[in-house]
Amino acid sequence: MINYIYPEYEIIRNPDKCISCGVCVRQCANEVHENINKTNKVICDDSKCVNCHRCAVLCPTRAIKIVKSGNTYRENANWNCKTIDEIYKQAQSGGVLLSGMGNPENYPVYFDKILLNASQVTNPSIDPLREPMETRVFLGKRPDDIMRESNGKLINNLPPQLPLSMPIMFSAMSYGSISYNAHESLARAAAQLGILYNTGEGGLHEDFSKYGKNTIVQVASGRFGVHVGYLNAGAAVEIKMGQGAKPGIGGHLPGTKIVGDISRTRMIPEGSDAISPAPHHDIYSIEDLRQLVFSLKEATQYKKPVIVKIAAVHNITAIASGIARSGADIIAIDGFRGGTGAAPTRIRDNVGIPIELALASVDKRLRDEGIRRNVSIVVGGSIRSSADIVKAVALGADCVYIGSSALMAMGCHLCRNCHAGRCNWGIATQVPELVKRLNPDIGSKRLVNLLTAWRHEIKEMMGLMGINSIETLKGNRLMLRGVGLNEKELQILGIKHAGE
Amino acid sequence: MQREGQVRIPAGCAISGIIDKSGNRMSGEAIIDSIAVMRERSNGLGGGFAAYGIYPEYKDYYAFHIFYDSSTSKKECEEYLERHFDIINLSKIPTRKVKGITDSPLIWRYFVIPLPTKLSDSQLDEREYTARCVFRINTKIEGAYVFSSGKDMGVFKAVGFPEDVGRFYRLDEYEGYCFTAHGRYPTNTPGWWGGAHPFALLDYSVVHNGEISSYDANRRAIEMYGYKCTLQTDTEVIAYIIDYLHRKKALTFSEIASIIAAPFWQTIKGMSSEERELHEYLRIMFAEQLITGPFSILVGFNGGLMALNDRLKLRSMVVAEKGERVYIASEEAAIRMVESSLDKIYAPKGGEPVIINIAGGGELD
Amino acid sequence: MKRVYINEKWCLGCRLCEYYCAFAEKRHEYNNMALALKDTLISPRIRVEEYGDITFAVNCRRCEEPLCVKSCITGALTADGIDKDRCVSCCTCILACPFGAVSLVDNVIKRCDLCNGEPLCVKACPNNALVFEDRRCV
Repeated sequence: MINYIYPEYEIIRNPDKCISCGVCVRQCANEVHENINKTNKVICDDSKCVNCHRCAVLCPTRAIKIVKSGNTYRENANWNCKTIDEIYKQAQSGGVLLSGMGNPENYPVYFDKILLNASQVTNPSIDPLREPMETRVFLGKRPDDIMRESNGKLINNLPPQLPLSMPIMFSAMSYGSISYNAHESLARAAAQLGILYNTGEGGLHEDFSKYGKNTIVQVASGRFGVHVGYLNAGAAVEIKMGQGAKPGIGGHLPGTKIVGDISRTRMIPEGSDAISPAPHHDIYSIEDLRQLVFSLKEATQYKKPVIVKIAAVHNITAIASGIARSGADIIAIDGFRGGTGAAPTRIRDNVGIPIELALASVDKRLRDEGIRRNVSIVVGGSIRSSADIVKAVALGADCVYIGSSALMAMGCHLCRNCHAGRCNWGIATQVPELVKRLNPDIGSKRLVNLLTAWRHEIKEMMGLMGINSIETLKGNRLMLRGVGLNEKELQILGIKHAGE
Repeated sequence: MQREGQVRIPAGCAISGIIDKSGNRMSGEAIIDSIAVMRERSNGLGGGFAAYGIYPEYKDYYAFHIFYDSSTSKKECEEYLERHFDIINLSKIPTRKVKGITDSPLIWRYFVIPLPTKLSDSQLDEREYTARCVFRINTKIEGAYVFSSGKDMGVFKAVGFPEDVGRFYRLDEYEGYCFTAHGRYPTNTPGWWGGAHPFALLDYSVVHNGEISSYDANRRAIEMYGYKCTLQTDTEVIAYIIDYLHRKKALTFSEIASIIAAPFWQTIKGMSSEERELHEYLRIMFAEQLITGPFSILVGFNGGLMALNDRLKLRSMVVAEKGERVYIASEEAAIRMVESSLDKIYAPKGGEPVIINIAGGGELD
Repeated sequence: MKRVYINEKWCLGCRLCEYYCAFAEKRHEYNNMALALKDTLISPRIRVEEYGDITFAVNCRRCEEPLCVKSCITGALTADGIDKDRCVSCCTCILACPFGAVSLVDNVIKRCDLCNGEPLCVKACPNNALVFEDRRCV
């Protein structure tokens, strides 16, 4: 069959700058660049290009750039190029469209329509360079009442808490969906930063058990790699009910990625597809979830907080309320922009709700019901900057999960072809010669750099609001104003419009 | 013009307090003289006093001071009071004509005790029952506002300069063991007497100078426990936090100070292990009751007084002692005005509480 | 002494080190790599070797008792550098070097000079496979 699709991107090579060093040829796992007949001249096949920028970044003379191909269909406000191409693709393949990373479509980003306050005259802003500025947070359930010994001394009746140096954690990305080196980078960075990373549903590689107190171990519907040692290896256990990129379906890892250590870690045979069931087959209702929460607590002697991660869907408030009463210590909510290694495109692009709205409603609902202390709230699903974090905390989050931003720190260029398994940056791949492209010394350093920078920015923003401890930013919605939002949106976010 | 509560109004202020440690009563004259010195710190848009030990003859009854906009609201409120309380005594609060105090609402005082049957039906303790009734009146009965509801204490407040407010209420004719005062510098024109300070619930009263940056975090947290912040003022939310921590959670005032003006983590790190454990516990357990941004507050309660600055000490506050008397004010001059020869005078550090319990009263720490 | 070390675990075989080495030689003439190396055949002093899946770069190992220096028949080659005027292009040093790190270009011997203490190959390595450090046992 003829391929109807014209390449989406075009590689422009500047002949004046190209020194024919061949780095592009050697670095492109998609074999886009090719030497002509053993000469030094290079040509490229645009149709194979995924626009990951590996060649453009490594080219020592910056001779390469990648641009959107100018080839276009007859203009049509209804049938845009992407839609037409997708039809051609499916007509050719007969398959479900697959994509990686988060929903890229043009839905509103509420974080971009929220502005922060600053102190002027009536109270002083605080200078983080000169005064202490505290970003430490604790995640976990807190009892309603204090207890005292007979001599009046307060008894520490707090259930296990997760201390974090800042309200940021790396979200779940499984060993398998991302590489060994990517996991090592995340684990080392988390340990250095005093935060946590999350194993995802692929189990914990034995090499990383030493990062245990900076690790969240995940239990998903496939239960890959779950055993009692695993549950006790981390600082907390997360039950993955859903994921923002694909609410309602389970994780998919093709058999080609189930090789060597991955098969051992997941405890499944090499080459077998790891298809997690859509639901947990022992959780068909909230009371079942409660049983799993307590099974995990029993298995960990009530020493580890249990996190329940859910995708932000329409009735998120009711679900969150149920979870807050299920015995779970922490709720993690993943917005519809949340990333993934592989998801059916239609699901990724059309299911779920924005995290800002989900967070605002859940925080309010839990307060209205007087059960906000029962749980901490962690939100993810496209936290892109320190400003997003400050806004999320002010809306009511205790902490955020970052996934895509962390991957970008390690080199990801958002080409969204994770599902293909040939990540040129050594992240979403298991091909040994590609995996080695991510040196964890560099990966962890870049992650530490990113979060150190973000933490500085968070402190600056807190300081200008006159806040010197993150606790008093949490849920402080008076520090937020909306711009260009309608009444309903403002009401759901629980904020005023700018100028009010 | 929007009323206080419909809009959030930041304000700068002056505060002053005098307490006699032996519990001996003094006239309200001194506190008026003291706050009058700091006229520069207020702008005539709010002033008020809290006085403790002023109703010894009714000390077992809740003294409700209520503003009414009209006789209809008074009628409705009194009907409500009669349904829920035994009213022992009621009267207009005596006032005198003072230039500068205008547009007075109807100001009434009631000495009440919950009706025993109603109280037992409610399955609440007496103080919670009373507090809920106060909330009920303030949120549901239009034009009625209970601005003082403690035993053997009273709040007196109005729109005006504080010294005028004191004379208006004839505070010089009262005798008490503790007085606090407040002069307000709002950045807006509230024009409603209920918006003046102190803010009080039961016997807890708060005068506050500052503008806290944690307001909405504190408000949304405290509203979870049944409080309604109708005035949108810092003082109101601080008063509720004090009530919540002291009355409902049975924490001591020194523990409360460690919560609302918590030591920094770096300070906690250097503490002895027992201290460290305590402060870590309090900070985690009551994280939402931490208050940031500038404040100096005087918290009055039956039997004592607590003075506290924010953790960075972003507002001035000095403490002085002379014999059994302790003086606290935004400015030293306000103390020197009423007592020129002092035994000692000092400025407490940020977050370091000064807690004074009178002999035979107050809490046992 | 600081040396350039290779960690083959992280070598991607991209050969950027070779091109940056060639550029380093011409930096005093051109400040732009494209100008310096356009249409030239490079003869770098660091070379990427390949064996199956393994790739690694090799350059002068900075031997404590350099055989190249020992073997030089004219005394042109010393541990610190090369006296081009005295080199007679006999290539004995090339035969003597066990690492193949010496080469002959335009009738003169070439060997890594560590770019005056800031080796460009190390700076350019995208994966920290090349490092410049002192690894003497203390």
